[in-house]
Amino acid sequence: MSRKKKISNAITYVVLILISIIWLFPFVGLVLQSFRGEYGGMVDYLVPKQFSLANYQFLFGDGSKFVRWYGNTLTIAIFVAILQTLVIICVSYALSRMRFKGRKTLMNIWLVLGMFPGFLTMICLYFLLKQLGLTQEHAVPGLILISVASSGMGYYVCKGYFDTIPKSLDEAAILDGATRAQILVKMIIPMSKPIIIYTMLVAFMAPWCDYIFASYVAFGNEEGYNVAVAMTRWVWTNDYQGYFTRFCAGGILVAIPVTILFMCLQKYYVEGVTGGAVKG
Amino acid sequence: MKYFFRWLGKDLKEIGITFREGDWKTKLSFLIMGFGQLLRGQIVRGIAMLALEGGLLYFIIDFGWNYLSKILTLGTVETYKEGRKTVYGDNSFLILLYGLLTLVAVFALIYLWRLNIRQNREAELRLKRGKRLPTNGEDLASLFDKNFDKTLLALPVLGIFVFTVLPIIFMICIAFTNYDATHQPPSKLFTWTGLENFKELFGIGGQGFGGTFFYVLGWTLIWAFFATFLTYFLGMAVAIMINKKGIRLKKLWRTILVMTIAVPQFVSLLYVGKMFAVDGIVNAYLLKWGWISQAIPFWQNATYARILIIVINLWIGIPYTMLIVTGLLMNIPAELYESANIDGANPLQTFWSITLPYMLFVTGPFLLTQFIGNLNNFNVIFLLNQGNPKSMALTKNAGSTDLLVTWLYKMTINDSNYKIAAVIGIMVFIVTAVISLIVYNTMPSVKDEEGFQ
Repeated sequence: MSRKKKISNAITYVVLILISIIWLFPFVGLVLQSFRGEYGGMVDYLVPKQFSLANYQFLFGDGSKFVRWYGNTLTIAIFVAILQTLVIICVSYALSRMRFKGRKTLMNIWLVLGMFPGFLTMICLYFLLKQLGLTQEHAVPGLILISVASSGMGYYVCKGYFDTIPKSLDEAAILDGATRAQILVKMIIPMSKPIIIYTMLVAFMAPWCDYIFASYVAFGNEEGYNVAVAMTRWVWTNDYQGYFTRFCAGGILVAIPVTILFMCLQKYYVEGVTGGAVKG
Repeated sequence: MKYFFRWLGKDLKEIGITFREGDWKTKLSFLIMGFGQLLRGQIVRGIAMLALEGGLLYFIIDFGWNYLSKILTLGTVETYKEGRKTVYGDNSFLILLYGLLTLVAVFALIYLWRLNIRQNREAELRLKRGKRLPTNGEDLASLFDKNFDKTLLALPVLGIFVFTVLPIIFMICIAFTNYDATHQPPSKLFTWTGLENFKELFGIGGQGFGGTFFYVLGWTLIWAFFATFLTYFLGMAVAIMINKKGIRLKKLWRTILVMTIAVPQFVSLLYVGKMFAVDGIVNAYLLKWGWISQAIPFWQNATYARILIIVINLWIGIPYTMLIVTGLLMNIPAELYESANIDGANPLQTFWSITLPYMLFVTGPFLLTQFIGNLNNFNVIFLLNQGNPKSMALTKNAGSTDLLVTWLYKMTINDSNYKIAAVIGIMVFIVTAVISLIVYNTMPSVKDEEGFQ
């Protein structure tokens, strides 16, 4: 290897290490703060003077409903992941494989609908959910309903993937006497494992960050909170000093399972976003 | 418009012909939907039609008409108190929402009626030609074969209609009313005001707050531009570094970066936001090392806050670009780079004339969706500093880093100023639509949908 190349590689390593430090610094801080024994908000040192598990004990103790919030979020995430994926597969298959009257119109209408900001309809959706009795302490099914009901419009990535499966396979199957439904269940779905995993992963991760709508639907009723709503309130309350380290501990408990899941399925995620990026 | 009337004329003529030439079964079907189908043995279709007609008619007459009839005034009877008892008058909110729903039901009924007539006509013609009609079993089976698209799309379309289309139409209507904190149903009525809200939004000086609107719009566009393109180019640079020949541990670098995608944003952003607070750890270390003598008010100063938000967004955004670019870099033919090397091009030149043009071409749609996503990037702004700092120059609670969507959110939650929130929502839509149209019409790829197959 030439000298010049060695120098350029060395520079690259230095830059990459710097980037890694910047990227990891907040997470290291988060972990360390969650074990901090001292009271107070942000402090001017990174490593706690006294390590303790008190913050974690608080989360599981009687003083907080953390377990309930965690359960709420997990329930939402699991149901949304399954139902949303089903809806998206149905829509994608119909739009990718079948040719029917109004298909283009439907796609264009959905494209236009997607350009309206989501929070615009917040008060109206809240009212609809209220009519169904799915707000406040019953916010969980309400949030699932809302996420699943409009998920059909998120078909782009999945349809793009279906489009790459040759149509001649369908035609051959039809000649063999298969119905459209059989083609979908027996052929397309097994061939689309990566994109289905990607869709489920994305759908599963979204509810963990859902703050805006979740806080509106729960409307101040603690029973209906998800973790994002509840813990954001901790940081923004007047007693921020007292809750900060608890927020860090809760954050760690939320982040660990989601992160592990993401890391395990990273391969599929990359495939999904790359395909989606190119086809739009 | 001309085409619409021509189509309407043709359609009416066809209906007339169906009636004139049809037998009594068909003629009766004009009144009782599904009658002809039932008598011709197509029981499934007949019952479906009949049930839909009955259901829709019942809904319109028994429930909907109450509301639809008042939609022009949105109610006239105010709620008042009779002694201690509250006597509820009209509820404008319900009138508008259910009125719209009833209107849709009326259109659905007309459409089904037309469909019913066409089915009768087709069945009659088929029988005349001596062919047989599809049996009930075949009708049902076709829902899983030839008409599988209808089965698949029925529920998603219904869901989108109830929870997206109807609310959007409702909110567009709200933009033309005076629905705000002082006109809240059920105790107060609101009514149509025409373009009043738009005038208020664009008006500069006096009652209007056009100044604030354009300020927020300007920052929204600046933010979206920097957030999109800085992450794009820096992400590409990082990807190229990691993929460089001779660099080891590629997987490790990628995994570290991807952490910011994996960890839920409300955890990471709230923490990072606090890191930069006046008493945060960043200021603390800068003070300790003696680089500054006073804490920097990152979130209190508008310019600092804006720059910081864009920088922190890099932390979130670079990994996305890095992932996408990594996959695409492999697709660039290696011969291109080899020949460039032989010609003596330096790395910067190869990047400029090979990598970048290829990337821009391939990732055009990605850039567009990123840009639009950033216009509506609620989380980053709101979780970091809620659109603050506030400024005396801005009205209606807007802050210096507020995007149109966060402003809309504040308007709904804090001020209950629904009418203006609705107007802003429409503005966001217009901005998004205009940008998408321009980009779409100038982009060479992705137009030909069937081309991929």
